[in-house]
Amino acid sequence: MSTQLSTPTDRQSAEALARSKGEPQWLVDLRGEAAELAGTLEWPKPEKIRIDRWNLTAVGNYEQGQAAASVGELPSVVTELVAEGTESLIVQQNSSIAWKQLSADLTAKGVIFTDLETACKEHADLVQPYLFKAIDKGDNKLTALHAALWNGGVFVYVPRNVEVELPLQAILFNNKSEAAFAPHILIVAESNSKVTYVDYVVSEPGTTTEPFVHHSVVEVFVKSGAHVRFGSIHHMADNGVDLTLRRSIIENDGRMEWVIGDLNDGNTLSDTTSHLKGNGSNSDAKVITIGQNDQKMSLTTQAVHFGRSSESDMVTRAVMKDSATAIINGITKIEKGATKANGVQTEKVLMLSPKARGDANPILLIDEDDVKAGHAASVGQVNPEQVYYLMSRGITKQDAERLIIYGFLAPVVSEIPIDAVREQLQRLLERKLEG
Amino acid sequence: MATQFVIDGLKAAIEGKEILKGINLEIKGGEIHAIMGPNGTGKSTLASALMGHPKYEVTEGTAVLNGEDLLEMGVDERARAGLFLAMQYPSEIPGVTNSDFLRSAINARREEGNEISLIKFIRQMEGKMKELEMNPEFAHRYLNEGFSGGEKKRNEILQMTLLDPKIVVLDEIDSGLDIDALKIVSNGVNAMRSEDRGFLIITHYQRLLNYITPDFVHVMMQGRIVKSGGPELAQRLENEGYDWVKEELGIVDETVGQA
Ligand SMILES: Nc1ncnc2c1ncn2[C@@H]1O[C@H](COP(=O)(O)OP(=O)(O)OP(=O)(O)O)[C@@H](O)[C@H]1O
Ligand SMILES: [Mg+2]
Repeated sequence: MSTQLSTPTDRQSAEALARSKGEPQWLVDLRGEAAELAGTLEWPKPEKIRIDRWNLTAVGNYEQGQAAASVGELPSVVTELVAEGTESLIVQQNSSIAWKQLSADLTAKGVIFTDLETACKEHADLVQPYLFKAIDKGDNKLTALHAALWNGGVFVYVPRNVEVELPLQAILFNNKSEAAFAPHILIVAESNSKVTYVDYVVSEPGTTTEPFVHHSVVEVFVKSGAHVRFGSIHHMADNGVDLTLRRSIIENDGRMEWVIGDLNDGNTLSDTTSHLKGNGSNSDAKVITIGQNDQKMSLTTQAVHFGRSSESDMVTRAVMKDSATAIINGITKIEKGATKANGVQTEKVLMLSPKARGDANPILLIDEDDVKAGHAASVGQVNPEQVYYLMSRGITKQDAERLIIYGFLAPVVSEIPIDAVREQLQRLLERKLEG
Repeated sequence: MATQFVIDGLKAAIEGKEILKGINLEIKGGEIHAIMGPNGTGKSTLASALMGHPKYEVTEGTAVLNGEDLLEMGVDERARAGLFLAMQYPSEIPGVTNSDFLRSAINARREEGNEISLIKFIRQMEGKMKELEMNPEFAHRYLNEGFSGGEKKRNEILQMTLLDPKIVVLDEIDSGLDIDALKIVSNGVNAMRSEDRGFLIITHYQRLLNYITPDFVHVMMQGRIVKSGGPELAQRLENEGYDWVKEELGIVDETVGQA
């Protein structure tokens, strides 16, 4: 395939685009370097799946869109996710921001919630020390390409000791295949702060008629004693490729919670990693997915323990239909010196079709003796004893199986803290499971 | 119509092994029948075969409830026709809340478009849970997941009271219950006694029958009902065990399907 040979950017065009958007020099430089790296680095090589066979070059062109005058003006794919009276919301449409708002109360407390492009201009002192510091732009072709081309994005900054009660919400959607769609999410939670962020990344139904690539990087910095909850549902069209890398760096006694629904209709590479740097740091990741048609997915959760008495828990659950493939990797790594660390992980795959493939690969890499670690993985079908039990109460076979499958996915659904998003997620699951 | 349930010549096998060797039993509305018998004699198999567990193959016989042969129906249809089985080992279903499950079970009995309203359902469920002295929290717990043995049994009774069945089969509902729970569950059963409902209670112990007085007591051995009588039969079994029955009938090995 000729597409895999080319890199869809170079130093000159990346820098020219950055300058044309009025980006600060340090960012222009960063993008230029990254574009050059992208030309030399290789795509990531996840286990047992050849992403280099996917159409990875359709990253589109940057398009400056119009900001909306009100949320109500935005398409229904957005409005149905937003509850009446929502005060803190960012909406990205294709390459740029269509709406942003932060409650007056949070603004007064020093919280920053804006698009990342703006933040790079207005809060460089807070952005520059963190941008591409959790994930290095030079890791591979994907990180480099993303560093060169990311657009829109979200920046969350929570000052010391500030607790944000209501979730901050973002909706990132595309409705034009040719437009670049590459948000970068950066969250910085200072010591003893607390925040919940929830996003929904989606294609407006029926609009993306050509193949496209969504590439995204999420970086979360959890300072000592801080607590970040990060919820994210991805549901992009079947002709899209979703490449998303998420990483958090957790300091002493910090806590990170990931709640991820990888529910795209197309091919997906998803990696959700926590670096438990601090002593007593703590991370919890829950990921669900539904594979359908001939979709291919590589889903990885990772916990890397550096801190003493650090704890991690990772759960991935996949429902596999049709002839879909999911390779599910769980990696618990405990570094030397991370005494009394405890890392556990579970991968469970529910196979609904004999032609589907679901591989669960639990991996424990342990360089320290005084630790606890555990893993469990299972691949199975709907349990006939459970179906019998439900049917013995009058529930039809079809409904019984439906209840059991929803139940299997419940650990993530029940954790989504915004009602409108949870309800939308439920409808999405219904569509995917019935369809 | 007064309930009438007739089991006639029921034979059933599991994995090719015949376990039930011809069960005949008639239960009328208002009656309580108890089935006793040593371990491994086919009591739970009878319950499972009636309910239609996929592992049990009915090879002969009928089980007619008010004119309809249950054995011709799917498991869910049997339940909707009025059969209820409180299982010896209820399944755990993670992720499905007790209340979502109960509501689905109630709605399965109602026409589409005529589902029970959420408020009415919650009122009913909470009322019954209170009668059974269940912590309201159990409505939001996942179905039977992590329930203690006794909590599972109480949850079976909760389902029975909400689903209003015509024939109730209780398989060792008393196992795992403490004395207070035994009374509460028995009260639940007694409150359900009515002219159009019949009960078949499988138990090892007289103590349950002290609270729920049976009209008939049957002894099962070797996959058959080998002896029937009134409540006094249960008393005698409690006092003397099964040896006298085996002697009377010339039975050496009472179990079935072991060889
Ligand atoms: N699923 C099964 N697979 C294999 N054998 C079975 C199965 N279910 C029942 N059996 C066998 O059938 C026989 C009768 O079992 P059943 O459970 O009906 O006994 P029971 O009278 O209910 O005993 P208990 O008083 O111990 O509950 C036993 O030998 C048992 O091992
Ligand atoms: Mg039994």
